[in-house]
Amino acid sequence: MNLTGADIVVRCLKDEGIEYIFGYPGGAALHIYDAMYRQDDVKHILVRHEQGATHAADGYARATGKPGVVLVTSGPGVTNTVTGIATAFMDSIPMVVITAQVPSHLIGDDAFQEVDTVGITRPCVKHNFLIKDVNKIAETMKKAFYIAATGRPGPVVVDIPKDITAQSAEYHYPAKIDMRSYQPKIKGHNKQIARGVDLLLQAKKPIIYTGGGAILSSAEDALVQLVDSVEYPSTSTLMGLGAIPASNPNFLGMLGMHGTYEANMAMYDCDVMLAVGARFDDRVTGELSKFSPNAKIIQIDIDPSSIGKNVPVEVPIVGDCNEVLLQLNAQLQPRLGEIGRGSIDQWWDVVNQWKSLDSLAYNASDTVIKPQFVVQKLLEITNGDAYVTSDVGQHQMWAAQYYTFEKSRRWINSGGLGTMGFGLPAALGVQLAYPDDLVACITGDASIQMCLQELSTCLQYNLPVKVLNLNNQYMGMVRQWQEFFYDRRYSHSYMDALPDFVKLAESYGHIGIRVDKPGDVEGALKEACGMKNRLVFLDILTDHTENVYPMIAAGKGHSEMHLKPSDGDVQERELA
Amino acid sequence: MMRRIISVLLENEAGALSRVAGLFSARGYNIESLTVAPTDDPSLSRMTIVTSGTDAVIEQITKQLNKLVDVVKLRDLTEGKHLGRELMLVKVSASSADQKDDIKRLVDIFRGRYIDVTESTFTLELTGSTEKVDAFLEALSQAEMIEVVRSGMLGIGRGKNALKL
Repeated sequence: MNLTGADIVVRCLKDEGIEYIFGYPGGAALHIYDAMYRQDDVKHILVRHEQGATHAADGYARATGKPGVVLVTSGPGVTNTVTGIATAFMDSIPMVVITAQVPSHLIGDDAFQEVDTVGITRPCVKHNFLIKDVNKIAETMKKAFYIAATGRPGPVVVDIPKDITAQSAEYHYPAKIDMRSYQPKIKGHNKQIARGVDLLLQAKKPIIYTGGGAILSSAEDALVQLVDSVEYPSTSTLMGLGAIPASNPNFLGMLGMHGTYEANMAMYDCDVMLAVGARFDDRVTGELSKFSPNAKIIQIDIDPSSIGKNVPVEVPIVGDCNEVLLQLNAQLQPRLGEIGRGSIDQWWDVVNQWKSLDSLAYNASDTVIKPQFVVQKLLEITNGDAYVTSDVGQHQMWAAQYYTFEKSRRWINSGGLGTMGFGLPAALGVQLAYPDDLVACITGDASIQMCLQELSTCLQYNLPVKVLNLNNQYMGMVRQWQEFFYDRRYSHSYMDALPDFVKLAESYGHIGIRVDKPGDVEGALKEACGMKNRLVFLDILTDHTENVYPMIAAGKGHSEMHLKPSDGDVQERELA
Repeated sequence: MMRRIISVLLENEAGALSRVAGLFSARGYNIESLTVAPTDDPSLSRMTIVTSGTDAVIEQITKQLNKLVDVVKLRDLTEGKHLGRELMLVKVSASSADQKDDIKRLVDIFRGRYIDVTESTFTLELTGSTEKVDAFLEALSQAEMIEVVRSGMLGIGRGKNALKL
């Protein structure tokens, strides 16, 4: 069957089982857009800015586990996607970004809307392709999806010159692909796993530390089986929240810069650490020279370069987290009796002492809305069952701390790159995937303005996202750092001339509600969640001066946390 | 810090070189030299990278290189017995008979070759280990050097050791 290049692109998407693509047309992409018009299998979601397309596809991918797909035109269409591609890259999210390119004969001529797409995206993709032959489109698309979704997932860019999309070729979509240069290792090495099991069984002060990789590999069940059978204290990175249900008695909450006291202290003091799909990011480890000084580390990761990159590792295990945990559980279960229960109980006593400090307690108020309170109310009203997206900053940390996730893929945020503007378009992608579920975007007055235009997309496709704008009139996290580390010199962290968000939401065709009293929070949230078919924008005026606690300052270790001050000033409490 | 010679087999595709070069600059790794050309199998290129770093850095370099989708296989040649060779072309002025004699003596000692001669210049070719090439340059330092071109190192394992598919 002969098809044009453009039709081939679209047929590939159909045959790959792609339901939605997020995009924005333009000159070089017009043949592909024409092919889109002539079919109904793949639905196109027209965003308002290409950055929104990448975040929406990213949100869709994080919530479903399926690759997100983006289609944009050449030049500025491509450069606008770069932030979204880098966001997906840092968090290992499977995504295929199809970018149109100027016609082949114009490449290199500084043609209208030409950029070196492959060059510009190279440092922030897992791989990219420039297709120079119409006969290669199908095979390249197959490779793109294969590379994006296997191994350590990531974004793949496919750049297609306009003339190639006009030429014709025989269409054949390969059922599977084998690449000699790309063969991810899935199974773990059984001898290495045995060494890991030995260490785990001998541990006196163990900790299980899990990250986004546990979710990417769908290792939740195997992970919970492990945690429940050994009953070791367990913690998660920002990216891994939900893999172990927050209510699991072994779970200590999130670790890292704004993690709980007990999680960080247990990391500091442990003698054996099992890292599952976590990459020892600087926001997690704090100062490396003070990181878990007595720990023997077992690290499971599908990406060998993640192992031992920042922290020396005793037992490296390369493989898919789920596969390796299944292998590990099989070896471990018959030997559970070897665990020294006495020392583990003592360890729990220590951990529970740290826990009793209640590091997430905050000063409630009747007069001013505390942002933590808003998140807790949302948790209550949604029974912890909402999809929660966020932007970046204080509200992100509060969402992570107080919306205690029971399931994975419910917490959708930009952890690695820290991209403001991510939350709303990501929520749009999640809502498309799960039209009947509640999707809440917890954001702030600064972040929301970075991809605000996607309110329009939400209206076009009737996506009833609930936006919780924790409006403190500051770039809160910047303000917090300036308060702590710059002697309260609030340089350019104040949001002057904010729009009237209620009217703004209304002008986009949505419902806007302002909330300025603590007593109104619950009612407004219930009202918003009750409107199943409408996007509701809650502009919630929160305490301007609230800070995120606890906190590990830059250059400090896990045992040097700032805890919530009781007297209004920052104080350091060291109980180590 | 140790000098390492890493041999890489990679897909002979447009952009493969820039992926490697980009990796080194993005992550702040050293490149002392880098050579690349297609192999007997035209679908593959072979690259020799000379770099240096602590053991931890070298481990990351090899892991990051392996992670590139275009990289098929690689080996740190310095982990085993290996041979390294560089090619150098040097143009020197040689006007007087004394100068010509001096240069001729050096070329004989180092087993270099004349590849171009004019009334006032010699163009010489020399292959050898980096140390030999360096030594030749140093010995030539008395002469008036016009131009020096070095290929960077090519590496291969000794004996049956081979990097192939």
